[in-house]
Amino acid sequence: MDHEAPIIENVFGISWLSVNLANVLMMFVASVIVFFLAVAATRNMQRKPRGYQNFIEWVIDFIKGIIGSNMNWRTGRLFLPLGLTLFVYIFVANMLGVITMGAVGHNLWWKSPTADPGITLTLAILVVILSHYYGIKLKGAKEYGKDFFRPLPFLFPFKILEEFANTLTLGLRLYGNIFAGEILLTLLAGLAVSSVGGFFGAAIPMLAWQGFSTFIGFIQAFIFTMLTMVYISHKVSSDH
Amino acid sequence: MQGFTTNLVLGATAGGFHVLDMAVQLFFFLVLLALLRKFAWGPLMKMMQEREEYISNEIDTAEKSREEAQQLQHEAAEELKKTRQEAQSLIEDAKKSATQQERDILETARTEAERIKESAREEIEQEKEKAVQALQDQVASLSVMIASKVIEKELSEEDQEALINEYIKEAGEER
Repeated sequence: MDHEAPIIENVFGISWLSVNLANVLMMFVASVIVFFLAVAATRNMQRKPRGYQNFIEWVIDFIKGIIGSNMNWRTGRLFLPLGLTLFVYIFVANMLGVITMGAVGHNLWWKSPTADPGITLTLAILVVILSHYYGIKLKGAKEYGKDFFRPLPFLFPFKILEEFANTLTLGLRLYGNIFAGEILLTLLAGLAVSSVGGFFGAAIPMLAWQGFSTFIGFIQAFIFTMLTMVYISHKVSSDH
Repeated sequence: MQGFTTNLVLGATAGGFHVLDMAVQLFFFLVLLALLRKFAWGPLMKMMQEREEYISNEIDTAEKSREEAQQLQHEAAEELKKTRQEAQSLIEDAKKSATQQERDILETARTEAERIKESAREEIEQEKEKAVQALQDQVASLSVMIASKVIEKELSEEDQEALINEYIKEAGEER
């Protein structure tokens, strides 16, 4: 089980540019799955929903609930597509590693893209930057700047620190949960293939852990979306 | 235990920061967001909005037609009440006029009967008078006849008496 990542260093001869091809593949797979799920769900839409449309509308209501618990719906509706895409994408990405893991040779190709800190941090940074962007756009630069000195001016350094802390925790929480789940699945899979007794010993824990990982994957997607909306609402709501 | 740590370490090294990964993730996510917004979330949200409006419209319409129905029902009840009242008064009128008519008819009949009775009495009276008249006429002519007979014959008192008696008897028999 000596898995390594298919990493290419020095892309285009640039020393700091490196890429993990497994990540790129899995990001692509996750994006394509999400796209087709969403498009399939929204084909043949009817005023009276049935089947798949019901499901996707339930998801929309779920995200609406998350947004609605953080800000009023008039500004919140702006972030519904973002919240939906984040939630579905992260959930699907989490599930990819739970369903199965695939290695070709020594390289681990099939895994959750969210089990990589770089990727989760990218999403976290995107979210935080978006929160600042919408803060300036919806409240004006002056109000946005003033918010750093509220409620007390001496809190300014902590406010700055908070932004970085938010970004880091948002990204690393997701990464840590999914990565831990994958490690245990890898270990169980290793045990299962080591011997006949190991197979039967690993089967039950594996099932249990996969169930738990599914739950974790859902919860983490929910938490990520929820915190995204919390951070954005901190920036765009004026009653804080 | 050895395998466990090895795996853990290997797993950890599978992570790490790769700048291109991050760029690709950003690109993929933004493209996905844009595509889904255009092809999935947009139409879906529009449909849900439309449904919301449709439902609120339907509720409005239902409310309105309910009100209308209530008003119509009210009107109908009013109409029924009025009609019933009218019918009642009609019956009342008919009854009244029937009573009046009955009284009139009775009155007329009584007057008629009175009149007939009266005329009958008059007729009887007339007949009686006529009979008396006829009797008087006869008595007169009879007296003349008797007188002429008396004058015709010189009669004794007894004969005269006998004669008168005979004539009276005769007159009585004649009638």
